Amino acid sequence: MQVSNTQSMTYNDGVVRQFSIMAVVWGVVGMLVGVIIASQLVWPELNLGLPWTSFGRLRPLHTNAVIFAFGGCTLFATSYYVVQRTCHTALFMPKLASFTFWGWQAVIVAAAVSLPLGFTQGKEYAELEWPIDLLIAVVWVAYAIVFFGTIGIRRVKHIYVANWFFGAFIIAVALLHIVNSAAMPASFMKSYSAYAGVQDAMVQWWYGHNAVGFFLTAGFLGMMYYFVPKQADRPVYSYSLSIVHFWALIFTYMWAGPHHLHYTALPDWTQSLGMAFSLVLLAPSWGGMINGMMTLSGAWHKLRTDPILRFLIVSLSFYGMSTFEGPMMAIKTVNSLSHYTDWTVGHVHSGALGWVGLVSMGSLYYMVPRLFGQKQMHSIKAIELHFWMATIGIVLYIAALWISGVMEGLMWRAINADGTLTYTFVESVKAKHPYYIIRTLGGLLYLSGMIIMLWNVLKTASSGKAAIATIPPVAAHA
Amino acid sequence: MDINTLRILATVASFVIFVGIIVWAWKRRKTSDFKDAANLPFTND
Repeated sequence: MQVSNTQSMTYNDGVVRQFSIMAVVWGVVGMLVGVIIASQLVWPELNLGLPWTSFGRLRPLHTNAVIFAFGGCTLFATSYYVVQRTCHTALFMPKLASFTFWGWQAVIVAAAVSLPLGFTQGKEYAELEWPIDLLIAVVWVAYAIVFFGTIGIRRVKHIYVANWFFGAFIIAVALLHIVNSAAMPASFMKSYSAYAGVQDAMVQWWYGHNAVGFFLTAGFLGMMYYFVPKQADRPVYSYSLSIVHFWALIFTYMWAGPHHLHYTALPDWTQSLGMAFSLVLLAPSWGGMINGMMTLSGAWHKLRTDPILRFLIVSLSFYGMSTFEGPMMAIKTVNSLSHYTDWTVGHVHSGALGWVGLVSMGSLYYMVPRLFGQKQMHSIKAIELHFWMATIGIVLYIAALWISGVMEGLMWRAINADGTLTYTFVESVKAKHPYYIIRTLGGLLYLSGMIIMLWNVLKTASSGKAAIATIPPVAAHA
Repeated sequence: MDINTLRILATVASFVIFVGIIVWAWKRRKTSDFKDAANLPFTND
């Protein structure tokens, strides 16, 4: 009697603990592969002359590991944590939630095995072959049932804005994954896309850009709307703005994909449409960033002493920076210089390392001690150190690739008076060498910070024990 | 009906709905509701 009573009155944090720990573990793994392939660009012999360790196979392993393993586990952990606490109820169908954990780990392991073996659909960020795609779809539907089921049994009237962002992320990713992965299996681990030619390219970049917009943005904005107010200890700056932020993002993001296909066989009007919507996207992106940052108004001094808050707020600075850079690069004339160069890679990493990475780390640093019944992380000094290593690492990384990207773009388009090309392609490759070394150093710093985080998280978890958090009684007015 | 007319209607309807959301979000009488909503993360501990 007593037992069942307490059980119904506590949050299901077991699955949150599992996802949180694995997020950090996969973060280290994914970033390590990133440093390895960055080193291969500097010293090509590091591919060891083996097919399994060649750049073309390890690069998708890196992107899948950091996006879907590190980012994915962080999203599962934070969404399960936040939805319970803002709905004042335990998770709906906890066994199914546990299935999402083991299912998602199975997807990650399958990716880690199949990509180095060379199995790929050849679509960026959607490389995994059809049997794994099916497993992803099943896990994702289970995730949606758990998440929306929890919202369905909430004991408060309002659905907090963070849950809107998490919900949009879950629905949009299901839609994107199923449409873009539609393929005709030819054998086990080999399939052909359901689309052909330029339609295939457009479906792929509709998927690709919205994977950025919904997997790497909407869900992480959900984190922002919960963890920034909690860590700053004050409600979000403007709730009205958060609603408009949400709907503006939903109405515009879906149309920006064609900017990945400027000056290709894609019809010109489609390219211009993509460019126009990419420019419009600046407004909701900055609206959201301002909403997060202004939450600190009157409490800016906390940034001096609180490294976790610093992770969260600096992540917003990088979000603002990369969402300014993105629309600019989507302008066709700018894109004619930037496309296919390292500038694109630098842009992606200012978003990925700066925004997604830092906001994830801040959120995990907030959750981990609470999940393990500790007052704070094992070492605050180590968080401080991690913050500076990550920030300096990002700056080295993106500055190096800005320079090498713009230089490379200019070299490609340089023409002599007689109309011949000024530089051969290999000259542009050679010119990038020093910047690739700086980029590798930046990545190494970022990875080292993540290893410190892993140590800190494991220390915190092993010195504490699984905390049982009770659900507050139904408030008269909440 | 021509498919392009449908597309135009969908685009215009989306824009009108979005403007409606903006107006609704900043309506004076919603603000106390929103204040409660914004405090949801703090009703726990």
